[in-house]
Amino acid sequence: MSFVFAGLFTPFNYQFFNNGIIVATIAGALCGLLGVFVVLRGMSYIGHGLSHAVFGGAAASAVMNINYFVGAGVWGVASGVIIGRIARRRLIGADAAIGVVTTASFALGLALLNRYGQAKKSIEAVLFGSVLGVKTIDIVAVSAVAILSVVIVVALYRAFLFATFDPEVAQVSGVRVAWIEALLMGLLSLTILVTMRVIGTLLISALLVIPASVARMLTNSFARMLWISPIIGAVSAFTGMYLSYFLDTSASATIILTGTLMFIVVYAVTGLRGRTRISGLHHI
Amino acid sequence: MTCAYNSTLAIKKIDFTIRKGDFVGIVGPSGSGKTTLLKAILGSIIPIEGHVTKKPHLRMGYVPQVETVDWNFPVTVLEVVAMTRSSTGRLPRVTKDERADALLVLERLGLGGLHNRHIRELSGGQQQRVFVARALFHRPELLVLDEPTSGVDVRTRHEVLHLLADLHDEGVSIILSTHDLNGLAAHLPRLVCLNSEIIADGSPVEVLTPEVLEQTFGAPMGVLIHGGMPVVVDGVGADIAERMSRLG
Repeated sequence: MSFVFAGLFTPFNYQFFNNGIIVATIAGALCGLLGVFVVLRGMSYIGHGLSHAVFGGAAASAVMNINYFVGAGVWGVASGVIIGRIARRRLIGADAAIGVVTTASFALGLALLNRYGQAKKSIEAVLFGSVLGVKTIDIVAVSAVAILSVVIVVALYRAFLFATFDPEVAQVSGVRVAWIEALLMGLLSLTILVTMRVIGTLLISALLVIPASVARMLTNSFARMLWISPIIGAVSAFTGMYLSYFLDTSASATIILTGTLMFIVVYAVTGLRGRTRISGLHHI
Repeated sequence: MTCAYNSTLAIKKIDFTIRKGDFVGIVGPSGSGKTTLLKAILGSIIPIEGHVTKKPHLRMGYVPQVETVDWNFPVTVLEVVAMTRSSTGRLPRVTKDERADALLVLERLGLGGLHNRHIRELSGGQQQRVFVARALFHRPELLVLDEPTSGVDVRTRHEVLHLLADLHDEGVSIILSTHDLNGLAAHLPRLVCLNSEIIADGSPVEVLTPEVLEQTFGAPMGVLIHGGMPVVVDGVGADIAERMSRLG
């Protein structure tokens, strides 16, 4: 019995796993927090898009031998700002703006890596994430972005709420909506930048969308969503990372599948609760 | 002033004044520039020519069309009302004073006891009043409403009209846009007929005439006087009725 129990802690004997699970858990909470704004603004595609844009920056910085965080970070923030600017011209719309800017960036990154002969393995690591590549600097970076995000969201809570719910009236009421949107895009870009090494480009958008969607099904309060969503993100990241060790599956894929399982359970339970409430009304 | 979206003119050479205590309705067909005019007054659209001159530090409250509201957004009535202090309020939570102020406004608008409800759980009239409450929470001197009776039933329309009349009696100046000629516009003291430019400006009796209405809406309309108030009737009504009776 004690042998089995001890076996449960085996993954924690490896430093790479400890680094990975810390980054993944903080990343899950961070994506959960910012995902609330992404989901409520109906911009679920933004995470997908920005991660593709950051891939372009990561490839360019590798080819040019620039620090990953500097190269990919500048690229990601620039992409976010460009998307925001294009989206404000209503003729095109946010979805098309994201599609054009980010897929172009992704294609450029892919072309650069093909042309300059980067190893296939490194492309896979960027696309699907790699727990082996996590270093102490990643823990510091993701913690710093998480603290920064919490401080900004708490300090500007009302402006964020107003600008998300009703940007037009918020603008008239003195909220600097364009500034709030740029700030949110910047935080999203930073989040993707510091979490991409573990989660990977292709699956990070799910970590932005799933926890917030689960939280939305659980509460009708914006304030409560802001703490439920990070908890769900952190729990699914921790559990998924842990299970991936025993299942011998990709960490990022297992994290997303854990989150998806939570989504299915909550969807089923809240749907059932709704139906019970309606059938109860028939008896009145 | 003149306003445009890209290269398309929305309103041109608009020149009119809203004085303290005014209650003005902007009427016109869809696409006539009513919302553009309101947004220019609010300052969210900058005219390409001319300008809007306002009293310094004028407090304005804006009630958008309820049809544009995301009713699934996770907010309670109290959170919606307290939103307008976003630029001044620093604490995430609604403070004790703000809560007391908000509850007072809600009580005044007949929404007492509903502050913890989700906005979707209210009736049409209550939903409209929540957004008026949000605008009033800002203690506005000028209340700007975009189509306040659009898509609401007759009872809600009466509620909104009575509420606005009460606010006007209390000294709030009001400007609203509407295409509801009989249900809302005819009850207001002053109307401005708009179709990209001002067609007429005056009391309902002066403005709601067949000539002005045809020029504004581009369709023939008749006007009857009922109890001293103009009632607009569709000019093609008889023709349509005759064609329909032939079908029957």
